[in-house]
Amino acid sequence: MPLQETQNNDLKIITVTIPRIDAAVAIRFKDAMRAATETGPNHIVLDLSNVCFVDSSGLGAIVASKKQLAHGKQLDLAGLTPDVAKVFRLTRMDSVFYIHAHVADLAPHTAG
Amino acid sequence: MPPIPPDDGFTLRLTGCETEVRPVLRQVRDTLARHGLSRDRLGTAELVLAEALNNIAEHAYAGQVSGPVTLRASLRDGRLRIVLEDRGNPMPAGTPPPGILPDPHVPRSDLPEGGFGWFLIRDLTESAVYTRTGGENRLELDFGPVPDRNAGV
Repeated sequence: MPLQETQNNDLKIITVTIPRIDAAVAIRFKDAMRAATETGPNHIVLDLSNVCFVDSSGLGAIVASKKQLAHGKQLDLAGLTPDVAKVFRLTRMDSVFYIHAHVADLAPHTAG
Repeated sequence: MPPIPPDDGFTLRLTGCETEVRPVLRQVRDTLARHGLSRDRLGTAELVLAEALNNIAEHAYAGQVSGPVTLRASLRDGRLRIVLEDRGNPMPAGTPPPGILPDPHVPRSDLPEGGFGWFLIRDLTESAVYTRTGGENRLELDFGPVPDRNAGV
């Protein structure tokens, strides 16, 4: 499961590099998210800007990624594309996550 | 899966297994796009079909290697309708789940990880009618009116 991680002291950004989180990859996604969120900063943002399709299994796996976090950790979402945003809105799961419009607004800044 | 759509619809014969869902969705989406459906409509049809086809693969053909599924799409009378037929297990109790949205306002450990599929199918269609006849499941999905593809959409 291709997840790309970027982090500084305060924030870890996990970027999904595949275009679909669906039934075919849901379990692998959840497992990869467990591994990616175990270490590092407590504030984690899942960047979904490359993802154009999420079905109910994929949605369940994203929610599971939040449920399986260690105590004190927080998972936000960023960069929802239109069809993905619609799934979160219809199922009201947009009320479960803090959703950032663009991950670029959050990216760890480098000095200079 | 011969992609030869007649003017008002097309039929695909596929296998009801998890690995076939993605290529089928791709083919249906591409074909409907050529019929002039908007991006939003294409996304809706793709999501509803994904839910219905995954249900067939995971439940109707549960415990079996796979089985046949027929998908018939029609754009007659300016409406998009898609009928799915399979020969797998019937719905438990003979009827699909009600599709009631799980409550999102619960403690983190109680958040729902499932139960969204039939909600999405019902919410995104005008009607979703399930019937079981002679060992065959039939799900008729009516997506409602679509713009006339000859109207320069």
